[in-house]
Amino acid sequence: MSDVKTPNTPLWEVFIRSRNGLAHKHVGSLHAADSTLALQAARDLYTRRGEGLSLWIVPSNAITASDPADKGMMFEPTVSKAYRHPTFYDVPDEVGHM
Amino acid sequence: MATTSIQVNETPLVLYLLRRADDALILGHRLSEWIGLGPILEEEMALGNIGLDLIGQARSLYAYAAEAEAAGNDEDTFAYLRDAPQYRNLLLAEQPNGDFGQTMVRQLFYSAFADPYWRAMTASGDATLAAVAAKSEKESAYHLRHSSEWVIRLGDGTQESHARVQEAVDVLWPYTGEMFECDAAERTLADGRTVIDPAPLRDAWDGTIGAVLSRATLTLPQNGWMQSGGRTGRHSEHLGHLLSTMQHVQRTYPGAAW
Repeated sequence: MSDVKTPNTPLWEVFIRSRNGLAHKHVGSLHAADSTLALQAARDLYTRRGEGLSLWIVPSNAITASDPADKGMMFEPTVSKAYRHPTFYDVPDEVGHM
Repeated sequence: MATTSIQVNETPLVLYLLRRADDALILGHRLSEWIGLGPILEEEMALGNIGLDLIGQARSLYAYAAEAEAAGNDEDTFAYLRDAPQYRNLLLAEQPNGDFGQTMVRQLFYSAFADPYWRAMTASGDATLAAVAAKSEKESAYHLRHSSEWVIRLGDGTQESHARVQEAVDVLWPYTGEMFECDAAERTLADGRTVIDPAPLRDAWDGTIGAVLSRATLTLPQNGWMQSGGRTGRHSEHLGHLLSTMQHVQRTYPGAAW
């Protein structure tokens, strides 16, 4: 069986919305020949235990990702800017849990 | 065989339930044979899911058959302690998996029937059957969609996939007529609105299959002589082999549990 090759199927990213009102959340990826089969594979792989109400399938190569090497430039400058967190406001008791 | 097979008192309702349950169990077991052998991981899960749906349908129907027969049998004895001539499933369900294309064609042929069948059965006058139908209908709708998409891609794929799936269509075609049979026992239930007569579903099935095969660039076989006999226990040689695997543990170690 030396001529067996890995199927030439592209990679897809899977997003599930678990409940109405929540955002779709990335859950993993899969291989499939096209978007129709990718959606079915996502249903079969990632929603077997009642995880979702809605699925999004995105070709992995459609995602533009930040370069890990740019971590310093991209994310570190915010570490020292704690004043951006909304923790400096007094919340009236009547507001309750926010 | 270390155990004695059970005897079943096949009233029309019990016989009907065993027929539909056996269809689901045998086809579900066939799909379980793919576990560890699937063409890709994604598809292996899909085959397993479909198989589990079908085995779940079988369990509900066996449980109801046990209640209707009221002779001490249960899901397990129906599944594990009947020999091939006591099985009432369609010959289509027991046909071997063949290659992936043949498995998908078999699934398409069955699901294109099961989908409208269970939808129509939701109107059954029997509350238990209507509830089983409501669950099975949604599952079957997905099985039909999944197998359709694969048959379309394999038929309209490479020269080899086209040839293989056309071969599967031709080989399995003679087993499709049996789905629409309604014998005297089932007729009495249909007259009482407990079940539906499957014969009128033929047009819907022909339409579904015609559309899928056309998109798949496959040739629809001529309707010639059709195989029959599964409903009365006359099976192909394949069922005995399947049962010897499926029943092996219970036959060897009666009552084994874990």
